[in-house]
Amino acid sequence: MKILYFAWLRERLGKSQESFEKPSEMTTVEELIDFLKQKDNVHGDIFSKCSQIQVAVNQEIVSKQHAINDNDEIAFFPPITGG
Amino acid sequence: MILLQKQDIKLDQVINNFHKKNKNIGAVVTFLGLVRDFNNGEIVKEMSLEHYPQMTLKELSKVGEMAREKWDLIDYRIIHRYGPLKPGEKIVFILTASEHRQNAFEACEFIIDWLKVKAPFWKCEKSDQTSHWVEQKSKDLQKADEWLKKIS
Repeated sequence: MKILYFAWLRERLGKSQESFEKPSEMTTVEELIDFLKQKDNVHGDIFSKCSQIQVAVNQEIVSKQHAINDNDEIAFFPPITGG
Repeated sequence: MILLQKQDIKLDQVINNFHKKNKNIGAVVTFLGLVRDFNNGEIVKEMSLEHYPQMTLKELSKVGEMAREKWDLIDYRIIHRYGPLKPGEKIVFILTASEHRQNAFEACEFIIDWLKVKAPFWKCEKSDQTSHWVEQKSKDLQKADEWLKKIS
């Protein structure tokens, strides 16, 4: 799966995307977040601020209970400030 | 029509060219959003707009079509810039066209209120020494909620 990061999440991580193969037991965004939290301190720090992070699966904003598949594009970003 | 671009928005070209083929248009309303040099008590020297290109296009198309359907728009334009912008520069331009003015006014206000919280853009403001990501305003969320009640 492809994971995209925007705004302060991208800055903090020092990269705008990463990809990996989804473990078969991982089925929701919430489980993906738990997995990413364990990766390293920077991921852990970012996802500890989970309430300030929105998630989009295939360019649609979804809840953290949303299901995920291996070929999904998953984006994490702060609340939108356009216009 | 939706446009995402780095370059400046040429207002005269947009306004003068779009309605020539549509002689049933009786009213055109426009909104122009600009970069201010001061925000929340701090001087702004530059503002950088980051976005999520594929999703931005989807969301802007969605809001445009919602407005077209709800207010019977004959035509509309949403032009949003991204990248580094200086105070005084244009950020977003919205144009709505309908037979009568009330629909064009309401649709234009809806589009800007809706895209502010739905189209994935993030503003980073820079002064001489510091830069920070702008936070979403609860007032903007409330406005989108109010529209949701009105249009559903």
